[in-house]
Amino acid sequence: MIYRETGQFKANYQDDQALFPIAQDRYVILVILLITFGLVPALLNEYWLNAILLPFLIYSLAALGLNILTGYCGQLSLGTGAFMAVGAFSVYKLMVAFPGIGFIPMVVLSGVITAAVGTIFGLPSLRIKGFYLAVATLAAQFFLIWLFNKVGWFFNYSATGMINAPPMTIFGAIVTGPKADPIAKYYLVAAFVAVFALAAKNIARGRIGRNWMAIRDMDIAAELIGVRPLIAKLSAFAVSSFYVGMAGALYFAVWLGSAEPTEAFDINQSFLVLFMIIIGGLGSVLGSFLGAAFLVIMPIMLKNLMVDGFGTTSALAEHIQIIVVGVLIIGFLIVEPHGLARLWRIAKEKMRLWPFPY
Amino acid sequence: MLFFIEVTLSGMMAGVMYSLVALGFVLIFKASGIFNFAQGVMALFAALTLVGLMEKFNFPIWLAIIGTIVVMIALAWLIERIMLRHLVNQEPIILFMATLGLAYVLEGMGDILWGSDVKVLDLGIPQGASDWMLDSFDIYIEKLEIFAAVTAAIMVAFLAVFFQKTRIGRALRAVADDHQAALSVGISLHTIWVIVWSVAGIVALVAGIMWGSKSGVQFSLSLIALKALPVLILGGFTSVPGAIIGGLIIGVGEKIAEVYLGPFVGGAIENWFAYMLALAFLLFRPQGLFGEKIIERV
Repeated sequence: MIYRETGQFKANYQDDQALFPIAQDRYVILVILLITFGLVPALLNEYWLNAILLPFLIYSLAALGLNILTGYCGQLSLGTGAFMAVGAFSVYKLMVAFPGIGFIPMVVLSGVITAAVGTIFGLPSLRIKGFYLAVATLAAQFFLIWLFNKVGWFFNYSATGMINAPPMTIFGAIVTGPKADPIAKYYLVAAFVAVFALAAKNIARGRIGRNWMAIRDMDIAAELIGVRPLIAKLSAFAVSSFYVGMAGALYFAVWLGSAEPTEAFDINQSFLVLFMIIIGGLGSVLGSFLGAAFLVIMPIMLKNLMVDGFGTTSALAEHIQIIVVGVLIIGFLIVEPHGLARLWRIAKEKMRLWPFPY
Repeated sequence: MLFFIEVTLSGMMAGVMYSLVALGFVLIFKASGIFNFAQGVMALFAALTLVGLMEKFNFPIWLAIIGTIVVMIALAWLIERIMLRHLVNQEPIILFMATLGLAYVLEGMGDILWGSDVKVLDLGIPQGASDWMLDSFDIYIEKLEIFAAVTAAIMVAFLAVFFQKTRIGRALRAVADDHQAALSVGISLHTIWVIVWSVAGIVALVAGIMWGSKSGVQFSLSLIALKALPVLILGGFTSVPGAIIGGLIIGVGEKIAEVYLGPFVGGAIENWFAYMLALAFLLFRPQGLFGEKIIERV
């Protein structure tokens, strides 16, 4: 009743091509943006901002990136962790070498560097497909992490092999390093995520996005109707790595502050982000957010519930947490293999027809 | 030259160990098209159960092995009953993610049931260097690795007979060929899946025993799955001989690269070299060495 497009007439091309053609969608997005930028920093304390919202937003960005590659273009990748590492190390080198260019250009630039690396590792996708490709992207995962561990230039020859984010400021507020202001950090990351989520939504419905989806649905048929697989696949790898690289840069510089390649960017990161898009919904921008929210918040909740609520030891709680996460993943896949975004779509359909069943 | 032979031989032996894990992947992929990421954790779980039965309940070795086999079969039945049955006809990626979830569950359960400390697995498998090889050819080879190679050979022979000569084996091949056709001639998919997962569980147990005897039963055992993946894409997902030969190629390539190439680039290249090798092979044969030819139609 509330959510329906009845009476909303599209009178010109602009209306017809709007990003959110239904007025209610626009209002919802506006409200979400208002809450994100207005209410949340005012209401929530530092723990919430730092431990929950920051990782949620950063993982959403990474999930968006992987969703472009896997959800829209159908190329399964297990190298997300390594591409995040590329972003992190690029932003580190930029921060140390050119501190003058400002933090936001640095993050974008590290995304560009990651896009270049991702395109190179996307080349095998032109020849191999499916799980063979997934295992091939593991080559990127292991090779890049090894590289960051072995070549001293990447971590400026520090004795521990760790990289530490030097303090950077935006408009006078410190956003990286130990003295960073949590609210400034939150605003920075939220702004990045908002801008690039809208960009992703826009890319996905345009010509490039349609090419990707054609490749995903059937690459040979797509080739026959004139989609060039070389350009479509490599552009998917490039755009996806661009997002993942920025997520990696923010993950290291803003959230962690210091990182070590084998620990922070190992293969479990790749799996985690993949889980996010599967549970959230493949080929859906909303799904990337839902999946990231689910997998960031749920383990924290579980742990708090068990350690504080039932008084279990933290070691046992960790094991139980692993089991519960595994069971939930299997359960989700059985109940709704198309992810949380699909549930939302079904709900929207129902709302359109309400109060009639069909 | 002697050193080269020694490196090659030890690479082949290591390759056999990888093949043991890859074999389990191939079995399940052939019969159900599932890329079972939990195979490594299954090996860990089997080894943990074996050690647990021997230590906590003082079972003799043979009884503990039988007990573990029973546990693995029960596990296969549960997996089919609770998970696979509801996921029929889903996209391969969904099934793959489900096995990742399964890996988490098994990992947590193994830790809770048997504890997460490193355990020693001693089944009386001979350890140390083979004296005979050392004396007559001056080549150093671990007895355990020879034992593993012999076991792998026996297992592959047994699997070949099982697949080719028995009634169940024929049904398995039918399912691998075409699910629908197999169903229509009266083969029960559910039963076949339980059998395949049980066999994969037993293969995992053998792999778990070998790796456990070599380096102790601990969490890192589940990571051998990652070692088996390049073997798998090199040999082809659907080929049992491919798993063995892929294992040998990867094992030898890895060892030779580590010894002759490693010092120039800073060492520890074993982690990714196998993947790069497999990737290079794939560029020429996208379906792996022995995989079925990929035919695509619109």
